[in-house]
Amino acid sequence: MSSASVLGVSGEERDDFSKEESRQIRRRSLRLLGSLLGPLKVRVFWTMLVVVVSTAAQVAGPALIAFGIDTGLPAVLERADWMPIVLIVAIYLVTGLIGAVLIAWYTVLSARISQAILIDLRKRVFLQTQRLSLEFHESYTSGRIISRQTSDLDSIKELLDSGINQLVSGFLYMTFTGIALFLLDWTSGLVLLVSLIPLLILTRWFQKRSQSVFRETRVTSARVIVQFVETMTGIRAVKAFRKEKRNEATYGALVEDYRDANARAIRLFGFFDPGLVLIGNVTVAAVLLVGGFRVVDGAIEIGALLAAVLYTRRFFDPMEEMAMFYNSYQSAAAALEKISGVLEERPSVPDPTSPIDLWQARGHVSFEGVRFAYNHDSVVLPSFTLDIPAGQTIALVGTTGAGKSTLAKLISRFYDPTDGRVLLDGVDLRKLHPKDLRRAIVMVTQEAYLFSGTVADNIALGKPGASRDEIERAAQAVGADTFIDALPKGYDTDVNKRGGRVSAGQRQLISFARAFLADPSVLILDEATASLDIPSERLVQEALQTLLADRTAVIIAHRLSTVAIADRVLVMEHGRIVEDGTPADLISGSGRFARMHAAWRDSLV
Amino acid sequence: MPDRSPSTPPRRLSTAAALWRIYPWAKPAIPSIALGMVAALVAALVALSIPLVLENLVDNALETGESANIWPAVLLVLGLGVLEAVMIALRRWFVLTPGTHVEARLRNSFYAKLQDLPVAFHDRWQSGQLLSRAMSDLSLIRRWLSFGLVLFVVNTVTIVVGGVVLFTWSPLLGAIFIVCAVPIWIYGFVFEKKYSRIARRSQDQAGDLATAVEESVHGIRVLKAFGRGKHALENFASQAESLRGTEIEKAKAIAGIWYWLLLLPDIAFALCLFGGVWLAASGELTVAQLFAFFATAAILRWPIESIGFLLAMTFDTRTATDRFFEVMDEVNTITDPAQPASVDEPRGRLVFDDVHFRFQDTAEGQPDLLDGVSLELLPGETMALIGITGSGKSTLTALTTRLYEVTGGRITIDGVDVRDLSRLELRRHIAMAFEDATLFSATIRENVLLGRDDIDLHSPEADAALEEALDIAQAGFARELPDGIETTVGEEGLSLSGGQRQRLALARAVAARPAVLVLDDPLSALDVDTEALVEAALRRVLASTTALIVAHRPSTVMLADRVALLERGRITAVGTHSELLASSEHYRFVISSLDDDDPLVPTEGDGRQEVTS
Repeated sequence: MSSASVLGVSGEERDDFSKEESRQIRRRSLRLLGSLLGPLKVRVFWTMLVVVVSTAAQVAGPALIAFGIDTGLPAVLERADWMPIVLIVAIYLVTGLIGAVLIAWYTVLSARISQAILIDLRKRVFLQTQRLSLEFHESYTSGRIISRQTSDLDSIKELLDSGINQLVSGFLYMTFTGIALFLLDWTSGLVLLVSLIPLLILTRWFQKRSQSVFRETRVTSARVIVQFVETMTGIRAVKAFRKEKRNEATYGALVEDYRDANARAIRLFGFFDPGLVLIGNVTVAAVLLVGGFRVVDGAIEIGALLAAVLYTRRFFDPMEEMAMFYNSYQSAAAALEKISGVLEERPSVPDPTSPIDLWQARGHVSFEGVRFAYNHDSVVLPSFTLDIPAGQTIALVGTTGAGKSTLAKLISRFYDPTDGRVLLDGVDLRKLHPKDLRRAIVMVTQEAYLFSGTVADNIALGKPGASRDEIERAAQAVGADTFIDALPKGYDTDVNKRGGRVSAGQRQLISFARAFLADPSVLILDEATASLDIPSERLVQEALQTLLADRTAVIIAHRLSTVAIADRVLVMEHGRIVEDGTPADLISGSGRFARMHAAWRDSLV
Repeated sequence: MPDRSPSTPPRRLSTAAALWRIYPWAKPAIPSIALGMVAALVAALVALSIPLVLENLVDNALETGESANIWPAVLLVLGLGVLEAVMIALRRWFVLTPGTHVEARLRNSFYAKLQDLPVAFHDRWQSGQLLSRAMSDLSLIRRWLSFGLVLFVVNTVTIVVGGVVLFTWSPLLGAIFIVCAVPIWIYGFVFEKKYSRIARRSQDQAGDLATAVEESVHGIRVLKAFGRGKHALENFASQAESLRGTEIEKAKAIAGIWYWLLLLPDIAFALCLFGGVWLAASGELTVAQLFAFFATAAILRWPIESIGFLLAMTFDTRTATDRFFEVMDEVNTITDPAQPASVDEPRGRLVFDDVHFRFQDTAEGQPDLLDGVSLELLPGETMALIGITGSGKSTLTALTTRLYEVTGGRITIDGVDVRDLSRLELRRHIAMAFEDATLFSATIRENVLLGRDDIDLHSPEADAALEEALDIAQAGFARELPDGIETTVGEEGLSLSGGQRQRLALARAVAARPAVLVLDDPLSALDVDTEALVEAALRRVLASTTALIVAHRPSTVMLADRVALLERGRITAVGTHSELLASSEHYRFVISSLDDDDPLVPTEGDGRQEVTS
């Protein structure tokens, strides 16, 4: 039944969905909505009850005034009896108080519900973002996933804030008024019923058109965000290459697209809303017309006609608010569609359903008939088998693009192999409990990302809850303590945005400290020392000698100095391991590594 | 907590004055907004009149029982009904499209300002805070302009007019009604204080949340590598919880004002009912007048109630405006000079003259990061810059193109202070390659030719420049990508390895054909073979181009004519590689690697490394 063309985030930027696709997307977002509301059922019920009672209290007001004038006033005038009016005024005050208290209470209740929904949704999307594999993130830009979590959630928040009470009370009001009209004069009731036909047609038209326009607003706003995030992330390069003016043009065009989509959505509503008013007013005139002739015929009283006309008019009173609610609903629904798409994505590196625990990993890694390909055409790693005994330190060398990083990513399970298995201590990584996997295997990459927070926070990421002492020891171990101590507030220095104030080399030292603190049984270093100066690298190497003494390590480095601490060297070329041996053996041979090493030796001082 | 509002003026503007600051952007839309208000007022008046007209018609026109009277009556009602719908349509027509233009203008100005502000600003501000300003805050301003403001004015007018009408029906009852309205105004002031504070907090927290989201996405590899997704979620969740707390506090504040806005009219009604009956009993008011009084008062209920959410929306918008202007008010310290000088034929003589630099928030007493750097690069010379991690090498390179500004001394290019050139010209003369190779979501061609805004990207000249740059940077792999050099890379395209990105960034710097090339550790992610090839090719380019190269490896140093050693904020030695090796102990410490402890001589035993010499 379901079509793959709109599964997950595919087809997200399209706006020409077929009927079936459209339905599939709607169903998916409604399912999401249902699952969000599910746990709140009881609360929603009570909130609705509060709304109904407070609406009743508010509706009672005009009736009481009429009663006061009709009954209370004559009593005073005719019998000088003040009792009825005093009573009515007292009741009025009480209902007014009840109405006000209940509405105030409702405001808080509904905020609690909408905030509960939002936080639930926020957490789900956040967690999903973390669960989705790297493959997903590499194709779905960061700006888009950010826009899902910011501007899309904003439009859902808008719906939740727009006041469901008005929808409920409006609906109640219309139902009661409609029934009253039928009881009073069924002919007028029929006229009202007929007016529902153009009303439905108009609403249906609005629904269809707005659906696609609102989808467009989500897509265009995401594009604006993507461009914004990219510019701010790469602001140095933007400035250095004078891209500002060109960026302004690009951004301006995207902003214009977004504005245009927004304006079209608003214009649709600008047609829908007066359209509803028009239908209402024409219906009033029709009731007047039909009723007028019957009054002349003597079929109904003038009073009855007046009441019928006023009821008809009142029937349409809450229409505008409901239309506005519907409008925000359409906007939120478009956002919900996109979000539900992200949530529907299945991670290509899924967590195991029945995970195997591995409390104490020894660090024996093996590849059994592993092949890796992004798709059928581009095989990155042809089938190979490799065994890395526990405790061995491996240096992985080869030209850029030879597949070294891919191999490393298979061990750390950023990717799963296309064929074959990767095992840790005999357990398939795909079956290993994610917690144990991450505790056992840690990868440090060249790109040392720092999160906002202090230096200590960033190191502690390797082991949440680590004591200050442990953190400092980790920093000392990799030789990061010297520069950290020199920072304005030492370990409590805020690293600011993207580590702007910490140099690339220092960032790498911090991420080394992080890995040191994590204390894994298998450590993968992918170009992790590239930005270090030689003295720092020497310190790190010394630290690594102790650190790696009793654990498995895979080190990818262009600087062959790293090979110094390796037990075994693997040379890769075009995805294949072409040489495998101890450093000494390979150097004394005549293969690639011997040549590379000679060249490297020459380059040294 | 991030340093959010470094430039907030200490004096707090009134809400009206704060909102008025949007005027320059809203100006073109003001006439249509005014027209929209008129249309809205007419629509409101028509809506008010319809029930009265109906009553009149039914009572008078149909009283006679003649069917001839029916049509005119129906037509009148129909006419009014159509008029109301048209006015509503006009209101939306007038206001909404101009409103979106205001939003777009604000957004473009904001973006332009951010691009103009120096890197130091971006270091200080979290990008999520900027994003939430660019999106949520600006869309709030749009909605307020085209909806909140219009309704606010129309409803206030309706209330005032209605109040006057009530007063004319009966001064006493009118007075009761107005007296009951006084506490609303008083409460309104209390509400503003309370609510604005919460609104501000809520929007700031939303910005922090956006930052958390952004970091969790940009740092996804680290989070995955350490399996810290859950941990990040906990942090995120606790931030989201604080936002929830603030939002509920906000709802409570709104509930407070709603309570009074609902209760006070009801009290007024009850008192008026009693007073009205009393007046009628004493013969000062007819029943019909009493009826009319309540009919009018009932109409005023909705405008009064609406004041609550309109006030809340106005204060939200005020906060959004404040947040917008926090960035717009930021004074750019790195600007173009009023009378920019020009270097017509740059030869590439780059001189650092007693250059000092310290970050603004460096603690008192700490020496400057760059503490009097003096260095001269002759035209065509290649200078390697060496120093330990964190010695300020990258900062020094960033000073040349004024990504940061010197805090003392000066940098000149061909004798002209870099601050006397326009930034555009300066950055045309000096091209940079950063260690973090940022590629934009664009084709290889566009990325590499980013610095060539002087030629048509698809001209033969551009092709030649592109080919040459790719060759020099050993980025020939680009031609083998699915769509060759037209392949989109960057975030929205193909993901490349670190080494590949670095080579493209290098190609980009080379393709710009600058007088001076500044390369910040440009080859760190390259393997030995590729590095050698790049170096060989670079040598050709560098023969005629002045270059400042931050280097870590001896191999890169080999490219250079001379080497400068940066040590404790100063250049302590300049000379050729061998000169420095001979003369400077610090240089030997920084650059010589494992010379004296060659580990690759195997010892007997298990094959594990052993350090011998």
